Amino acid sequence: METTASSTADESPLVLLVQPLFPEFAAALAGRYRFVLAADADPAAAAEARVLLVPGLAPVTAQHLARLPALELVVGTSAGVDHVDLDTCRNRGLSVTNAGPAFAVDSADYAVGLVVAVLRRVAAADAYVRRGRWAADGDYPLATKVSGKRVGIVGLGNIGSRVARRLAAFGCAVSYHSRSPKPSSPYTFVPALLDLAAGSDVLVLSCALTDETKHMVNREVMEALGKDGVLVNVGRGGLVDEPELVRCLRDGVLGGAGLDVYANEPAVPPELFGMDNVVLSDHRAVVTPESMRGVLEVITANLDAFFSGRPLVSPVQL
Amino acid sequence: MASAIAAATAPPTAAKHSVLLLRRANDYLAATLRARYRVLSFYDSAAPLPAFLAASAAALPEPPRAALVVGGGSIQIDATFLDAAPYLRCVVTTAAGLDHGDLAECARRGVLVAGAGEVFSTDVADHAVGLLIDVLRDVSAADRYVRRGLWPVQGDYPLGSKLGGKRVGIIGLGSIGSSIAKRLKALGCVIQYHSRRPKDTVSFKYFHDVISLATESDALIVACALNDQTRHIVNKEVLGALGKDGVVVNIAHGGNIDEAELISALREGKIAGAGLDVFEKEPVVPAEFFSMDNVVLTGHEAVFTTESGSDLCDLMIGNLEAFFDGRPLLTPVLPK
Repeated sequence: METTASSTADESPLVLLVQPLFPEFAAALAGRYRFVLAADADPAAAAEARVLLVPGLAPVTAQHLARLPALELVVGTSAGVDHVDLDTCRNRGLSVTNAGPAFAVDSADYAVGLVVAVLRRVAAADAYVRRGRWAADGDYPLATKVSGKRVGIVGLGNIGSRVARRLAAFGCAVSYHSRSPKPSSPYTFVPALLDLAAGSDVLVLSCALTDETKHMVNREVMEALGKDGVLVNVGRGGLVDEPELVRCLRDGVLGGAGLDVYANEPAVPPELFGMDNVVLSDHRAVVTPESMRGVLEVITANLDAFFSGRPLVSPVQL
Repeated sequence: MASAIAAATAPPTAAKHSVLLLRRANDYLAATLRARYRVLSFYDSAAPLPAFLAASAAALPEPPRAALVVGGGSIQIDATFLDAAPYLRCVVTTAAGLDHGDLAECARRGVLVAGAGEVFSTDVADHAVGLLIDVLRDVSAADRYVRRGLWPVQGDYPLGSKLGGKRVGIIGLGSIGSSIAKRLKALGCVIQYHSRRPKDTVSFKYFHDVISLATESDALIVACALNDQTRHIVNKEVLGALGKDGVVVNIAHGGNIDEAELISALREGKIAGAGLDVFEKEPVVPAEFFSMDNVVLTGHEAVFTTESGSDLCDLMIGNLEAFFDGRPLLTPVLPK
């Protein structure tokens, strides 16, 4: 890998950054592109920049975009790109790419881990045993079977389709809801989310957060899922009415939840900390060292494709 | 399911067969048994076992020809037991089978044995996979971390490890091991195994011994029976072969793993983590585990779900019915 000598004649393509790159990414991409922090960009760079790279979930607003008249491409490093003002991108004819399938497998694996952990009370049982309560107080109460549960998946994209395949191997009956049915999918399509919730024991959220999907899981949906129903969210916190979720769990309207994402990360509603029927994680569903390498490949592929005039690898439909 | 069948075909009171109950029964099992049989319950009698068995010989209308037991439990179905209850012709157990020695004694006397078949297999397999995902991806550890309010303060919990592509070595490829394999295949794992003999019906790579299996695996899952050959089948050598990035999951028997060596291996970083549902001296769990974040502990609950309890009862009743009707057992362990 060539190192870039500081030179006024740097030929590498210019890429603006919304925030600094992860060190691993910076090291891997050094020498191939000229990275400049958008906030530090001089007027010449701002006027010239065709690509904006968004490490992590830093917001990209209409104001940010307005400062970059030559912009053509926004490169995201995450599965969801709801932190980018997609309306503005659409209006200006910008392309937006996401992490593609790089995180899909790990997200799906973690979603399955959460389903089993909530239904079989693994985390709660672990806490119970660790506190020495098995010897003192007897067996932890019975949990419920995973096999045979009816699973409803919201969003059958990269992540959702992999969750489906995994839970089908556990003997679960899988149905799904999405914007439109997927003809090639073997699973049952349910046009209305409320009907999917009513007919499911477990609801897994793996769809994008948009104006249409914001708070799609509201009290009505949670009531339909019911007192033995379980909600697992590896999508975005905003898909769920979080205060209502807390109330429904507290009042036994909803049976349990496995949550990887929240409305205001890293803030997690503290009422959840005392609940045995909930498993909490710190937005880690996507993250393993292998998937970080995977997303780096996707980013590199998108940048290379763009600068050489080839089709983008993981464009988001706006 | 079977409760409807039970109601439809329960014999009139006078014709009820006698059955020995040598295990604690939950309400559903007790009620279902009493509806169909004359139940002689050891745990309801005050007598010691030999006296109880002798008294049962005098039961009316006939001595109990069948017994419900917990295989591998506190009551051994050994030569002493069988000598004291010569009237017994069928043993129905809630475990997969009986201890090896007990089985030999039953075989010698022509006593039929019915096991739990595959009733538990899916639940145990579900739990085993849940434990593996948990250990590799830190599900319980992250849950603890978030509950302690550490996320906003200390940032993300460290990265976990991908499941896909992991070579998982299953020790014992019976119905539980096979169910585990099916789930792990869907998770992108590479399945390989060790058992007494290779299975022609599967295409997974077979290893003649556990050390070779461990050497070439990223994770080991113990899913075999407990007998003289498999006691401490996972020992210091095997843990060493598994290596510092390897994890072990045990949903079989505490005695299948040398627990003291496991604790040393974890403490010294010789293996990366463990998921344990069973222990050598349940319900006592070595306190050394409690401070380990790379270990997931559950209290012998892999087999127990609210649904499996009644499935098991229905199966036990089904086996008793088959025996008394002179039909083949539903889930025979003996004859093989």
